[in-house]
This record gives sequence, C-alpha cells and structure tokens, in this order.
Amino acid sequence: MLFKLSLNNIRRSIRDYAVYFFTLIIGVSIFYSFNSLSTQAAYLRIENDEHDMIELLKDFISGVSVFVAIVLGLLIVYANRFLMKRRNKEFALYLMMGMSKRRISRILLTETVIIGISSLFAGLLLGIGLSQLMAALTANLFDADMSAYKFTVSSSAVVKTVICFGIMYLVVMILNVAVIGKCRLIELLQSGKRSEIIKQKKMWICVPVFLISAAVLAYEYFVVGWHMEKLSRERFALIIAGGAVCTFLLFWSVSGMILRVVMSMKGVYFRSLNSFTFRQISSKINTNVMSMTVICLMLFLTICLLSSAFTVRNSMRSNIEEYCPADFEVTYSEKEGGETGFDGSPVFVDIEEMYRQAGFELSDNMKEYVHFHRYTDTDLTLESFCGEKAEELKIKYPFIAWNRAEEIVKLSDYNKVMELYGREKLELADNEFVITCNFENALNLRNSALSKGLVINVFGRELVSKTDECVDSFIDLSAQHVNDGIIIIPDSAADESFASVDAFIGNYKATDKEEKNAIEKIKREEYKKVCDTYIDPYAENSGNDIFCDIDTKAAINNNAVGLGAIVTFVCLYIGLIFLISCAAILALKHLSDCTDSSERYEMLRKIGAGEKEINSSLFRQTGIFFMVPLILAGVHSVFGMKFASDVLGAIGTEGIMGSVCITVLMILAVYGGYFLITYLCSRYIIKSRKT
Amino acid sequence: MELLKIQNIEKYYGGKLNLTKAVDDISFKVDEGEFVAIMGASGSGKTTLLNCISTIDRVTAGHIFLGDMDITKLKGKALTNFRRDRLGFIFQDFNLLDTLTAYENIALALSIQNRPAKEIDEAVKLAAKQLGITEVLEKYPYQMSGGQKQRVASARAIITHPSLILADEPTGALDSKSAKLLLERFNYLNSENNATIIMVTHDSFTASYASRVLFIKDGRLFNEISRGDSSRKEFFNKIIDVVTLLGGDVSDAL
Repeated sequence: MLFKLSLNNIRRSIRDYAVYFFTLIIGVSIFYSFNSLSTQAAYLRIENDEHDMIELLKDFISGVSVFVAIVLGLLIVYANRFLMKRRNKEFALYLMMGMSKRRISRILLTETVIIGISSLFAGLLLGIGLSQLMAALTANLFDADMSAYKFTVSSSAVVKTVICFGIMYLVVMILNVAVIGKCRLIELLQSGKRSEIIKQKKMWICVPVFLISAAVLAYEYFVVGWHMEKLSRERFALIIAGGAVCTFLLFWSVSGMILRVVMSMKGVYFRSLNSFTFRQISSKINTNVMSMTVICLMLFLTICLLSSAFTVRNSMRSNIEEYCPADFEVTYSEKEGGETGFDGSPVFVDIEEMYRQAGFELSDNMKEYVHFHRYTDTDLTLESFCGEKAEELKIKYPFIAWNRAEEIVKLSDYNKVMELYGREKLELADNEFVITCNFENALNLRNSALSKGLVINVFGRELVSKTDECVDSFIDLSAQHVNDGIIIIPDSAADESFASVDAFIGNYKATDKEEKNAIEKIKREEYKKVCDTYIDPYAENSGNDIFCDIDTKAAINNNAVGLGAIVTFVCLYIGLIFLISCAAILALKHLSDCTDSSERYEMLRKIGAGEKEINSSLFRQTGIFFMVPLILAGVHSVFGMKFASDVLGAIGTEGIMGSVCITVLMILAVYGGYFLITYLCSRYIIKSRKT
Repeated sequence: MELLKIQNIEKYYGGKLNLTKAVDDISFKVDEGEFVAIMGASGSGKTTLLNCISTIDRVTAGHIFLGDMDITKLKGKALTNFRRDRLGFIFQDFNLLDTLTAYENIALALSIQNRPAKEIDEAVKLAAKQLGITEVLEKYPYQMSGGQKQRVASARAIITHPSLILADEPTGALDSKSAKLLLERFNYLNSENNATIIMVTHDSFTASYASRVLFIKDGRLFNEISRGDSSRKEFFNKIIDVVTLLGGDVSDAL
C-alpha cells in the first residue's frame, strides 16, 4: 500500500523530479567515470614511467572525489529540501486523514530508496558508457595506444560510487524524517497560501549601489589584469571577497533597476506579453539574488578552471619541443661555500671522471655532447646585479631570493650548447657580458634593472652589459621557460677556481624511438649506480652539499604529459560537477516557479494570448534566468583569465584561445542542455489542462 | 440587430454508460446592445453553455454564430485571435495577474493585440474612468478590494471593444455593496457604449440588472423573461417568481 503510494507520488510529481533525477544520474555517472580512470588506464599501453603518473592521477582523483561528493551531497540535500517544500499540501492531507508522522516518514523513505536505487542504476549504466569515452580521452592525454583496450567495468569505482551516493541518500532520508517530525499541520496547510507581495526597490538606492559595485569590480578587474605586482596574499583574498560581494550587490541592484528601465520604455513594455514577462523575470531575479551570486561565481570558477587546464596541457606539449632540444643532461654541483667534495677531493669534480671511477663512460652512446663548467661568484648576487635599483625592486618583488649567487657560463661553452640545440649563437667583446633569461617574472625584474652599459664585477673584473634587455635563451633542459637568469661572459674573464657546476648535455646516438628508449634505460641505470656509489653514503651529512642531477627529454616529456593530463582531468572533474550543480539549481528554481505561476498562464490564455506568445514569453524568462549569471561570470572570466594567463606565464599560454573555445563549447553543451530541458519541462508544466 | 445566434447546441460528457448531458439542445438569440443574464442552479449547465460560447469548450453538436461567423468551426490561431479580438471575459475569481499593477493588467489585453503604447495609455485611462478605478491604477491586486479587482477585470474585458462581453458569476466573490457598484457599471457600459453582455449568475439580484433573463434547468432552456419597461424592482420580483417555480437551490440563493 505504502509502496504503491510512494510510487504514485513519484510518478505524479515526475515533472518536479525530472531535473532532480536527471542531475542525480549525471552526478553518478561523472563520479563513476572519473573514479574508474585508473582501471581504464590499465588496459592502455602506457609507458612505464607514466604508470607512476597514473597512480598519482588516481590519488588526485580520490582526493578531489571527496570534495566532489561534498558538493554533490549539498546539491542533493538542497534539491530534496526544495522538492519537499513543494509537497507540504500533500503531507497536510495525509496528516488530516489521520496518517501518523511515522508512516509519512516511511512513505518518504520508500520514495528516496526508489529514486536512489533507480538513479544509481541509471547513472552507473551511463557512467560505464561514459568511461569508455574517458578511456579514449586518457589515451589521447597520455599519448597511449588504444589498440589493446577493451570494454571494462571498474568494480572498485562501482563500489565507491554506490557507497558515496548511498551515504548521501541516507543523509537525505534522515533530513526528510527530521523535517516531517518537526512540521506542524497548521503550517503545512497555510504554506500554500502565498500572497505575492511586490516590493519595488527604491531607485535612489539601486542606482548608487549599482554604480559603486560596478566601479569596485572595474577597479578589481584592473588590478587583477594589469597590476598583478600589487597583489599580496591578503590583498588577493580581499579582492576575491570584494568580487563576491560586488557580484551580489550587482544582481541586487540590477534586479531593482531592470524593471524600471524597461517600464520607462513604454513602446517595449506594452508590446505583446512584455509587461508580464519582465515582471516575472524581475521577481525571479529579486527572490534569487543569493543563489544567482553563488551560481555566477561557480560558473566563473568553472570557466577559469577548464580554460586553464586545457591551456596548461596545450602549452606543455609545445613547450617541450622548444625548451627541451637535447636528449640528456647531467649536472654535478655543490652548495656554495662547500669546502670538499664527496671523497675529500677538490671542491670541483669532473663528472666524466666520476662516471669513469664508477666504471662507465658518460660519452658512450652519445652522438654529440658538450661538457662544460658553470661558475658562481658569491659576491655577484641578484641584489648586487641590480645595483642601486635593488632597494626599489625589493619592494616590488618581495618573495625572491635576493642573495643567491648568479650563475655564470663562458661564451664558448654557451655557443657549443647552442650549436647542439640548433639555436642562435652569441658574440661578445672582451669586456662585455649578456644575461640570458626567459622566465617572465625574472625577465621583467632583470629588464628593469638592466641597461646598456651596466657594469658588473665578475671574478674581480668589470664587465659591461652589451644589451638593454635580457637575451631570450636558456641552457638547462626543461618543460617550460624557467631560466631565471644565466650570465654569459667572455672566455677571457672566466676563472676556473669559481667553477661550481659541471654539466654534460648530449644527444643519444639513436635513429628511432626504440633505440632511444634503450639508451635512455642504460643511461638511467648508470646514473643510478653512480649516485649510489658516490652520493648516497654521504646523503645524511653532506647530501645537501652535493647534487647530482639528471634530466632527460623522455622523463621531462613523460612528466609534462602526465602532469598535463592530471591537471586536465582534475579540472574537468571539478568543472563538470560545478556546472551541473549550477544548472540544476537554476532549473529546479525555474520549474518550481513555473508550477507556482501556471495559473497565470491559464489567465493569459483566457484573455486571448496565443500559444506562440506564451511560449516565447516563457522562453525569454528561462533564457534570461539562465543567461544573467552566465554573462556576469563570462565578464569575470575575461579578467580572471587575463590573470590566469599571467600566472601561467611560466608554463606558457600557447593556444589559450583554443582552450577558451573548447571551454565555451563544453559549457554551452552542459548548461545549454539544462536550459533546453528546463524550457521543455516548463512548457509542459504550463500547458493548458483543458483542450 | 442580431449579434449572437445559438442553434441547437449540445454538450455531452462521459462515455456510453455514464452520459451526462450538460447542455441539451439549447437555442436562443442575443441582439446587439443587449444585457442578458443566464440563471440556473449549480449543475444546470449554465457555465458549460458560457464556456461553449466563449470557445473555451467545444460543443458536441449544434452551431454558434457571432455575426455571420460560425465560431464552433474555428481552430488554432483563428480561435485564439477570435477570443482575443471579439470577446471580453470577466470571471468570478477576477483572474488578474498578481505580478502586474491594475494599469498593466488592463493594458495587457491591448498589448496582446500589439497596439501602440500611446493608444494603450489613452484607452486604459478612459476605461478606468468609466469603471471608477482611476485611483487604484498603480496598485497591485493584493492591495485592492474584491470590488476594485472585479472592476479592473471588467476594464480589461471592455478595453478591446469586444463584440461580446462574457461574465461568469461576476458578483460571486463580492459583498453586496461592491456587487451593486459593479452591476451599475455594467448598466452604464451597456447603455453608454452599447456593449453586449452575457452574464451567468445564480443570484436573482444580480440578474435583475439585465434586460433579459434566461433560465436553464438540467441543460435545457426552462423559461425566459424580459424586463421591458418595468423597473428593476418589478423585474426582480418577476425573476423571484420564476426561481420559485424552478425550485432547487437557486431559491436557496436568495
């Protein structure tokens, strides 16, 4: 009996529940497909090193899943409370008929169980389908081979999804029972009697509030977009908080003004159903200022997250081509001021010699290589480099290690490396120096200190800057442009006693990928043995003084690809969840509004409004309700992305336009999908009952 | 001049086993400028009849002519346009949009016809003056009394200059003072604007303001009396006599 009643209840309120159910299914499927990633990846032919990345990805996804579960949980609880409120009349009827609260609770429990199980089932089915698509995405992101892939279902992800959502539904049940236990019959009966009281906000408050919040936002955009250096951590927090408050105030004031503005345009206001449409929109925005603010901010976050994620991934690929032009680099260095090496030998050791002592020849299997020294002069720090401008710059860039010794390379060595890289060489007169740098922040700093003719003191000799600006170049292999400054001096100025790093950069003697991988393996083993022999025994007491470091193109590539993939997945995950949460809340609100005002549409029909006009009015209401937060979020994002692209400067922002386009498409697909469903559902709700 | 001609209309509900004849072969005519009241007990089919005339409901058989147009044959867009341009509605529960002011509610009827804003403004003010609601124009329905609301609804009904005004129990939700005020306005519109009004009611007092009263019982036309030159008071007594004859709950409604 009760079961039948529950089932009928759901069937009857299917219009209200449709969006809720739809959201649950999507939530479950997204949750499943991201959590099943690692299982999927096991079937892909992914190179060994990348398996570590997959493990890392798995950990990340697990961590983020907790956050996602909380977001989804809140969404479900909110949506459920909302739907419960709509049914107060029904509960009142049960109570009046003499049904006990306990039985009503039982009905609700049954309903939740029915909805929970069916949404879990449908969501998992969808998720299993979706995860096969995700595998293709994974393969693409990790440059893996799909040929060995077959259809998989991740049982661990299924279990995780069921447990997570089970807990959420349990919370919903408990809350429902609590609500029923607390409610009083008279309140339930009166809840339907809603007297619409229209309060128009005062223009003289709205306009200043609007202007002030718009001005503050404009200022914040300006600071974030063009004056990043002004941003300390506290100010950044302040800007975010201010942005949120201003978003709220903007919605608040606009909701008060929009109607007045349209009303003053009599020609527009009194055309067709416009007066009705704008009243509806205005009251809708009026009552939903808070949720629209939250939704706007979440959309903003989503847009920035997704575009940044795609950008990071794109740039990482193109960066490696440019900033990692050789196969292999190994460096041996000592901490400044270190007196002795690993075996009491002089401060500086020849790395080839070190390999030989361990029984290897470093230049074996190398097609070409450069072996050179890098120097430091403890008297030449960034601070002394900047000279008199140092004080001024210190205020501007407080977080930089100002007393770190500058790295110095001989011109002939630099040119040899450039020849290996296939990059442009340099020329210097005997008393000149240049500084190479490509890390944007350091570049700005150095450029403001540097001028043609700036004199520095290197190893007791005075050298004059050849250029006005830093030379855009680098020496170390890396995935990004992170060279924060290497000074190139003429050979005659070099002093071997200041050598602090011994570097070896080379290309493998290989023609294809297989051979390269084979050499890579050998070189890694050699490196490991060398380190084991010479570095490790001293790790505890002198490990901090000695560094032996290896960089290979293969490793950098794997890391970059893996990192790009992780960033993409995590952002995609959070972004999607945010997106469906926002859209679901908007949809629920709109649909319940439609149910409340369905009799208004009936009246319009009676006084002779055509179906076409009514539908277009409804379309506009739905559209504007969905568009308003999206538009403001879009404006926020333009400046947010400007900021993000500055922050991402280190990684590079190649293809940012493409990333933004993909993001926009994704948002249009998900958000637009919700919009369409909402519109169609609301059309059904207000459809004439009589024919 | 004959405006509305109703020819043998029937309206059945239900299926073979439980057939209900809500309207059973009713025919009558309404001339232009007439104020006709339709009386009957609840369940007598008077509202169904009105719904058929107003094209909200479809007849099972028979024809309804407005001028020389058979409105039972209208469909889709033509039907909506007909309702929009030729009919004015007044309902028992006012049917005002609670989100709009009185002014906007009245204007809406013209906006739907896509009239220019300037014309709308003049028309609204004139109608408001005729119905005595000029001072509540900027108020919302929740700020008005029932009588004011019904007069706003009436203003909305007449503002498009419809051929026919249909009123379904217009005084049903009003106190006697407001009802009287409203009916006097109906008389005014009827005599000054030459508006044709058909009003459904079960209240003899309300009906006594009409120039002719049709009585319906069990879906059939039972009786018909005209006011002629008699005073409203005499007409009222005549109506009471028929109602007594009619029996049932209409007499209770006195």
